[in-house]
Amino acid sequence: MFQSLNRLKESPSQTAGPYVHIGLTPNFAEITGVYPDDLGTSMVNDKTKGERITITGRVLDGTGTPLKDALVEIWQADADGLYNSPSEMRGSADANFTGWGRCPSGMDDGVFRFETIKPGRVPYPDGRMQAPHVTLWIVARGINIGLQTRMYFPEEETANAEDPILGRVEHRIRVGTLIAQKVEGGYSFDIHLQGDKETVFFDI
Amino acid sequence: MSEGKLSNRRPETGAFYQRDLDWHPKAFTPGYKTSVLRSPQKALLSLDGTISETTGPRFGHNIIGELDNDLILNFARPGESAIGPRIIVYGRVLDENGRGVPGALLEYWQANAGGRYRHRKEGYQAALDPNFGGCGRSITDEDGGYYFRTIQPGPYPWPNGPNDWRPAHIHFSVFGTGFAQRLITQMYFDGDPMIPLCPIVRTLNDPQAAAALTAKLDMQSTLPMDSRAYKFDIVLRGRRSTFFENRREGN
Repeated sequence: MFQSLNRLKESPSQTAGPYVHIGLTPNFAEITGVYPDDLGTSMVNDKTKGERITITGRVLDGTGTPLKDALVEIWQADADGLYNSPSEMRGSADANFTGWGRCPSGMDDGVFRFETIKPGRVPYPDGRMQAPHVTLWIVARGINIGLQTRMYFPEEETANAEDPILGRVEHRIRVGTLIAQKVEGGYSFDIHLQGDKETVFFDI
Repeated sequence: MSEGKLSNRRPETGAFYQRDLDWHPKAFTPGYKTSVLRSPQKALLSLDGTISETTGPRFGHNIIGELDNDLILNFARPGESAIGPRIIVYGRVLDENGRGVPGALLEYWQANAGGRYRHRKEGYQAALDPNFGGCGRSITDEDGGYYFRTIQPGPYPWPNGPNDWRPAHIHFSVFGTGFAQRLITQMYFDGDPMIPLCPIVRTLNDPQAAAALTAKLDMQSTLPMDSRAYKFDIVLRGRRSTFFENRREGN
């Protein structure tokens, strides 16, 4: 016989469903007057340090059709590579940058959009530096557990080449699914849920 | 956004326990038809958490309005209230180590008593309730506790199988202390015969997993002549202590 570890089980995930906007972006869902603003709409202000960028993208299903009911959240470091989180022990992040954003895909075109800044580099646990990246979390009707992925920057060829996580992608042909495209005014990052162009998703 | 002092406890910086992906629903669950084209077919790439996932946003109590946890009143016209069975939902947000998670943002949303959502894309013939919006939020207290007041949602039909109905449910979104804990789930009601019939509940392989999402009626906490109470605890991923990490300062 032995002692029990006495751990609880994590609450199992369930899909966010098609009406996720009611709870997470009620103003977008035309439920007004309950919250002043939808959380995560604004990540920067006039004083935020760093290079302003716009990230747009879509979430596409196995037929290449954009989802019009997905919700995307991003989490990233500030321009100096610090996270605006109590768990950040390396220093104080830019108080004028939230690091976190939330955006539903458009009900007509399926496009999500974030006005943010380009993140600085952050260390991997063994001390190597990771390339600049944005962490994404995607939920929608038909997605039973939120999907985690990352967006890297196309102009960071040297940093990307030494990034410990990109280095873990066995099928090198898939690395490109994690790298955004430079477009007029910012970056475009489409997320393919399924098929030949399937984005790399993480179990983190 | 982040609020330094939510508790005297030291910030948590350790890596998370791995997720049990046999306990969670799989991505591809064809009984739930929409999952067929929205499920990755390639294996997930497993990583031990980096600082990008062990950190996460923190929300201050300043975002919470007075009626944010009262769905009976937060969309109602002055002097009116939502129609339906009045209930209180309460519980704790815990981690897998059994510790309460203070300062966790919970967001919840639901249909009205007739099973109708207030959403442009919802076409069910059951009527909207002019005094019910369907959204609310809370930030957990020092012990991880939360509560809110609402009306019990109704079941509703959905175009999956030819005659599929969702059990009465409330959706929950939860933030812990790290982005890797991010979780969305659904709460079901003790004794609802629709639960075992539902293709979304049946994305869970283990009957104990569905039980973990089913709130228990609590007559002790019920307010006589006012509102019944349901207890619903939510468990987020636990963290290894930084004591066990190579780098004592976290990573």
